Amino acid sequence: MLGLEKSVSSTRVLDAEGVVVGIMPEFGLDPAELVRLYRALVLTRTFDTKAVALQRTGRLGTYASSLGQEAVSVGAAAAMEPDDVLVPNFREHGGQLWRGVTLKELFLYWGGDERGNDFAGPRQDFPICVPVGSHAPHAVGVALAFRLRGEKRAAICIIGDGATSKGDVAEALNMAGVWKVPAVFVINNNAWAISVPREKQSAAATLAQKAVAAGIPGEQVDGNDVIAVRAVTEQALARARQGLGPTLIEAVSYRLCDHTTADDASRYRDDAEVSRHWPAEPILRLRNYLTHARHWDRAKEDALLHECSNTVERAANDYLATPPQPLSANFDFVYAAKPSELVEQQKAAVLAEGTA
Amino acid sequence: MTEISLVQAVNAALARAMDEDSRVLVLGEDVGIDGGVFRATDGLLQKFGELRVLDTPIAEASIAGVSIGLAAQGLRPVAEIQFTGFAYACVDQIINHASRLRNRTRGRLTCPMVLRAPAGGGIKAIEHHSESPEAMFAHIPGIKVVMPSSPARAYGLLLSAIRDPDPVVFLEPTRLYRAAREDVADDGAGLPLDSCFTLRPGRDLTLVAWGAMIRETLEATEQLAAENVEAEVIDIATLKPLDSATILASVARTGRLVIVHEAPMTCGYGAEIAARVCSGAITSLLAPVERVAGYDTMMPYLRTEAFYMPNAARIVAAARRTMAYA
Repeated sequence: MLGLEKSVSSTRVLDAEGVVVGIMPEFGLDPAELVRLYRALVLTRTFDTKAVALQRTGRLGTYASSLGQEAVSVGAAAAMEPDDVLVPNFREHGGQLWRGVTLKELFLYWGGDERGNDFAGPRQDFPICVPVGSHAPHAVGVALAFRLRGEKRAAICIIGDGATSKGDVAEALNMAGVWKVPAVFVINNNAWAISVPREKQSAAATLAQKAVAAGIPGEQVDGNDVIAVRAVTEQALARARQGLGPTLIEAVSYRLCDHTTADDASRYRDDAEVSRHWPAEPILRLRNYLTHARHWDRAKEDALLHECSNTVERAANDYLATPPQPLSANFDFVYAAKPSELVEQQKAAVLAEGTA
Repeated sequence: MTEISLVQAVNAALARAMDEDSRVLVLGEDVGIDGGVFRATDGLLQKFGELRVLDTPIAEASIAGVSIGLAAQGLRPVAEIQFTGFAYACVDQIINHASRLRNRTRGRLTCPMVLRAPAGGGIKAIEHHSESPEAMFAHIPGIKVVMPSSPARAYGLLLSAIRDPDPVVFLEPTRLYRAAREDVADDGAGLPLDSCFTLRPGRDLTLVAWGAMIRETLEATEQLAAENVEAEVIDIATLKPLDSATILASVARTGRLVIVHEAPMTCGYGAEIAARVCSGAITSLLAPVERVAGYDTMMPYLRTEAFYMPNAARIVAAARRTMAYA
């Protein structure tokens, strides 16, 4: 159902019912750590729901939901050290939140305010990349900088399944392999690139095997199993830090939502297909596991939903209460020092704004 | 002082920058053991080692893209694109990422990188080796565009480009790489990235050019002088940001302007200069602004490229029309 292939190794710890079917990694033996991951998934989905609602009511720009793919993002980010660098695509809100990007910053960004990218937390993380896959070489550059300075840090680049068709990604994997830079590439394979299904994106049996031509390890993981995603990413990061070079991880998930709020997936995808994928979504299985292991119950669930809802609502209100930047701010960050022609344009713009 | 060529000046500036700042590194195709196909990076590998002089796989988009990652991490990458026509593969990275990283993060991440590429024709190269893409790059907010026309200016401008906190596209006129030598003091002195160079004073006419066209333009002034026309020559080596003030002041004195560039006429950078003169010095103009430019054709193959590129005769003819205008 998930399309996990036998031609490359694939990892799964929890099946869709939350039953342990693989090797539980060390962090998974600590219930508090699993609850922390669970909270991150729930918070991401709560944010997602609010963001879509804000967009539908004209209070947010076009928004790319991560519904159903939260475990890819959270799992990859949870494997990182704080001083690693995340170079994400536009659907990795969960990973960004885990890294310390605030809910308000995410709302601001998707609400059309550049200040949302001025992360107070992970200062060196890249903002999301909108042009598909063109951020993959940036991760190579970041990782190369770490290697040149002899730092034990690594870069994680998250791309979509569609991005694997791009030359930038092929180039980046190739260069990363040649230079053995400490980078990990995670594919959020959500089965759809807007309206084009995975099988029309590439004739390759798996996307993980794109690593073969770059001479780097490639593997699949159940992208709806946050424990597995974190575990394989931790292993890849450990290899990267040891100087053993990059890894390509294909996290197999499913896009339960439209591509963005500007999309209508019913034009190209049966609801029945979506319904078939709901039972495998990432939150349910971790909740089942935690419940069966007696680390979770209804009261804790209610308390968590309440807390996440309050946190997201507060951030949304904070965003909505934030006035837009003055027009003149658009001139202030084009260059470190404003050329005279820009100074003149800024003056004229401010004057025009004032008289409008 | 030593007499060096323009490409040697580029090499000297790279070496100087790498010497004075350990964050500076060079990457590109064949920049290592080969020293670059034009030898701009000759000897750098031996001097600075393979951590700072990186031969890349043949992947121009990622040469720019990797540079963005390096620059965001505080390094100072100087990327070489081997030939002009291959630089277009970098344009996505330059427009969508390098130029706007500072703006879209409100200054949190920046992109102090230099993208060097040879530009222009006249060396009897094969296809895709002779284009003049400066106007295309100059249209991108957030980057600077430089095109030197002499060894000394190449040295000083490249040093400033590398030290600049923002991305700079540095186009080197291939034809001038070895055309002339001059004394260049390797003193580490940079030249400002926002000022035109007045190469020759003149009272009658303003000639504006850049890159390889400076040679033809200066040659034209000799013939014009013989006709008792004293032309002022301004080298717009720093195309973006454009130093309008120097041009406007000159036109205010001469009242006549001829713009020379090798790139195709339509939407060439000359159009921007003409527009600025129209809004900033229209009352000074005694004649219509003339443009001497490449034709709106493809850059021809080597057999006919000489007929495409503006030469002194075409510049003189335009200057005569301008002077004759009542």
